[in-house]
Amino acid sequence: MENYELFDKNTRAFIYGQQQRAAQRMLDFDYLCKREKPSVAGFITPTGDGYNKLFWGTKEIIIPRYVSLKDAIKAHPEVDVMVNFASERSCAETTMEALETENIRTIIMIAEGVPQRDVRKIAKLAKEKGKWIIGPATVGGLKPGCFKIGNAAGTIQNIRDTKLYRPGSVGFVSVSGGLSNEGYNIVSRNTDGIYEGYAVGGDVYPATTLLDHLLRYEQNPHIKMMVSLGEVGGKDEYQIVQAIKDKKITKPLVMWVTGTCAEMLPGGVQFGHAGAKADSKEDTAKAKNEALRQAGVIVPDSFEDYGDKIKMTYEKLKAEGKIKDFGEPSTPNVPMDYAQAVAEGLVRKPTNFISTICDETGEIHNYCGVPIDQVIKEKYGIGGTLGLLWFKKVLPQYARDFIELVIQIVADHGPAVSGAHNTIVTARAGKNLIESIISGIVTIGPRFGGAVNGAAKHFSWGMENNLEPRAFIDEMKKKNVRIQGIGHRIHSVDNPDERCEIMMNFAKEHFPKHPLLDYALAVQNVTTMKKNTLILNVDGTIGVLFVDLLKSLNYKDEEIKEMIDMGFFNAFFIIGRTMGFMGHYFDQKRLKTPLYRHPWDDILYDVPDKPEVVK
Amino acid sequence: MAQKGIREYDAKRMMSKALPHFSDGKIKFEASQVLIGPKTDLSKIAEDHPWLKTEKLVAKPDQLFGKRGKNNLLYVNKSWSEVKNWISERMNKTVTISQTTGETTGILNYFLVEKFVPHEEEYYIAITTHREYDTIHFSLKGGVNIEEVWDSVVTLDIPILKKIDEFDIAGFLPQELGGKKKIIAEFTKALYKMLVEYHFVYLELNPFTFVDGAPVALDAVAKVDDYASYQCAEYWGNLKFPNPFGLEKTPEEEKVDDLDDRTGASLKLTILNPDGRIWNLVAGGGASVIYADTVVDLGYTSELANYGEYSGNPSTELTYAYTKTILDLMTRKKDAQGRPKFLLIGGGIANFTDVAKTFTGIIQAIKEYKDKLKAANVNIYVRRGGPNYMEGLNNMKEVGIKLGIPIEVYGPETHMTKIVSMALDKKVGE
Repeated sequence: MENYELFDKNTRAFIYGQQQRAAQRMLDFDYLCKREKPSVAGFITPTGDGYNKLFWGTKEIIIPRYVSLKDAIKAHPEVDVMVNFASERSCAETTMEALETENIRTIIMIAEGVPQRDVRKIAKLAKEKGKWIIGPATVGGLKPGCFKIGNAAGTIQNIRDTKLYRPGSVGFVSVSGGLSNEGYNIVSRNTDGIYEGYAVGGDVYPATTLLDHLLRYEQNPHIKMMVSLGEVGGKDEYQIVQAIKDKKITKPLVMWVTGTCAEMLPGGVQFGHAGAKADSKEDTAKAKNEALRQAGVIVPDSFEDYGDKIKMTYEKLKAEGKIKDFGEPSTPNVPMDYAQAVAEGLVRKPTNFISTICDETGEIHNYCGVPIDQVIKEKYGIGGTLGLLWFKKVLPQYARDFIELVIQIVADHGPAVSGAHNTIVTARAGKNLIESIISGIVTIGPRFGGAVNGAAKHFSWGMENNLEPRAFIDEMKKKNVRIQGIGHRIHSVDNPDERCEIMMNFAKEHFPKHPLLDYALAVQNVTTMKKNTLILNVDGTIGVLFVDLLKSLNYKDEEIKEMIDMGFFNAFFIIGRTMGFMGHYFDQKRLKTPLYRHPWDDILYDVPDKPEVVK
Repeated sequence: MAQKGIREYDAKRMMSKALPHFSDGKIKFEASQVLIGPKTDLSKIAEDHPWLKTEKLVAKPDQLFGKRGKNNLLYVNKSWSEVKNWISERMNKTVTISQTTGETTGILNYFLVEKFVPHEEEYYIAITTHREYDTIHFSLKGGVNIEEVWDSVVTLDIPILKKIDEFDIAGFLPQELGGKKKIIAEFTKALYKMLVEYHFVYLELNPFTFVDGAPVALDAVAKVDDYASYQCAEYWGNLKFPNPFGLEKTPEEEKVDDLDDRTGASLKLTILNPDGRIWNLVAGGGASVIYADTVVDLGYTSELANYGEYSGNPSTELTYAYTKTILDLMTRKKDAQGRPKFLLIGGGIANFTDVAKTFTGIIQAIKEYKDKLKAANVNIYVRRGGPNYMEGLNNMKEVGIKLGIPIEVYGPETHMTKIVSMALDKKVGE
């Protein structure tokens, strides 16, 4: 590769930063240009190594990630380019590191906001070492047929439209990265296309200047004419004037310096680019355009006829026989990204998952259509939120209050119950929060806590079948099923469970109707005749009241049955009791309790002398 | 945005911290100074700065402009009560000052009050920064317009990759300094080191003097590179960048500044002429300049209402807020002669910004302002390319048809600024 070339069709680069999209765009360009190998050799991602998946045409390939440039170079000694996507805070440091290596010859600094003094040092050092920097504050650029930097030149469609996949005869360089693509478009519409094109970036001191690149283009015999787009501010364009005077630039150059409006604006207006500010008469766009014109540069009257001047210059070179026609190469199809095709409405696919309770894909995520901020502002509370996520309904206040009441009542029932006990034992075994509470939660079922669901099921069955309380009890007995939700260890008719009283009173006061509660109490009247403690217990009360709540909310019996079957009622117990389990977990951790070992004297050992031998 | 002027007060505040540090304590630099702003309570400030009541004082505006003596804005060798009156009389007053670049009108609202220092010699020192080197300028003839005595200025270039300790500073300074040479060399070195470490891009003390062997800056002009703010947070302390004198921002401009500060995207707005009929809503720092240029180059400077740009992939919410600000400004009143107004939604071919997405915010704002846009007879011209531009342009076109607002849309096949001449040729002249 000649010294004046930055890239050829075998150039490979490292990308500093986790820039998958930019890398994919580089690979799509490579594929369109029919490069043999992808131009991205690897990523440098200090946070961790591994692999990134990218497409090469329709095929997926993996490209390695390295934690340091040193590692990357060791694995790919042939790479001589680094596209640096590091943030403005680390861009200078990482560029400096690359400059100090033997291998890396060209570095592109994408970040905007790199301190000037750092860039000035980098620029000087690069020059001393004969290396090339493009940027900072740039999108980069490209060499058609060979190499494209990151996001330069936009979409693959644009690259196709402006024929950026194969070289033309024009060397282009602009200050602005945003405008470079427009520049390629103008050049491609008025000539045989771009040979090389870059944006040096809009900073006060771009590490390489317009002139640096024009001088490269001057030496390159493939480039027949040059096109440039300068900007108000700084004096770099005068170096071009001087270079023309010194005969260092002899090829036709079409150039326009933007910012002619600056004099009409109040002093001190800073345009969009850091460098675009005239501090003296010489810095103004008018003065620069005039100086360039005087030096023999082809300067349009305004941006309006920039394209015309480019065309004129090109046609003249063609007429003189300096530019020859060439055959257009064919180009392969580059598959469109699925996301892009979706955006354009070109493809569809069936989904594998459905969600009807919430959507986090919008600007603000919602619970069943209610934006989360509204949930907060309108004080939905825990009950209202469960209403949206579990019931998919905006619940009336009494329903929200009842749910919260239940959650509070079931939140804990001491350390001795199976779930809390398991949680404590697991916590003491040194396991973490999630492991400990899971060991507690798995005990919830028909025997522990799960009676809520069972009670709802049993009493509902009795009422639906119009069984008198006595008949219901007999039927259950006949089936040998214990009625769930009945019976307590201590509490009795004379010594009622305060928790049940609270829930029942709440329901009587606020529920529009409570037929199952009435039915269950009638059953209780019968059971307590047999034994004083066979009362409707907490589980039973919750179970029947949730059925009544659902009936009050106009759920049909069928729907209620389905909800019972999917364990809906236990859910309130689980959510409430998990709070207690967590409390026990934290308690044990704070107390730094040691591993629990069950005492021997609490275990009956009744092991046979010999096991039975099966023959 | 890169090079920013700072107040004399802040420059001296930093010097008082930096100079002893960078000279290993050899240079003492006292900054007995207070900055008086529009909200400062003049009756209380002497409590924190008792020297105000005991010393003779100097007062002057501190708003990034020079030639304060020539503009009668320098109040020297006065008592605190005199200074208080002098400042009260001038606070929040509009004045026109003359500068080398011409006259500027603006509001006085920041004053620097310092200890008055009787002195004899007045020296000049400045450090400028360039691509490959920094230059130290020194003259024995400080305190005057330095251009008038430019022959007396000696300069020394320090290449960017060199350290100042590698240079013979005393040797560079004029022989006439005699015994003071050594201390001024130390001072120069410390100043230079501060310039480097504190990321100054310009520093001028004209003049400075020596009192009891310590330098005293009688004036200071400085600019810093605000890109270095993350490195310099500790050095700079609480540093605010004032607007250049005479550039008071309108509430709308301040609102856009605020939007700009809040995100990584870039949003800029400068109102040039609120009665102008050509409004720009252009994507990209480079393209925005060209659109404004083209209006000027085609001879319609007087109709150019604003300069502005949005770039860096702003969110829908941001483009919506930004567009609303512009639509609000341009539809506040009709043209006095009932002529149409023009909104140029321009831009080049984006590299990676999703055009359809950014247009979503713009369309939202247009919908909201449809009645006002019609009332103000606004014609909209759109030109843009890049990812999803077809969809973006179609959406724009459809909203125009639906709302009954004239919207013409063009893509990359049309020269970027063609919409300027389309609008101007057809309608502005009518």
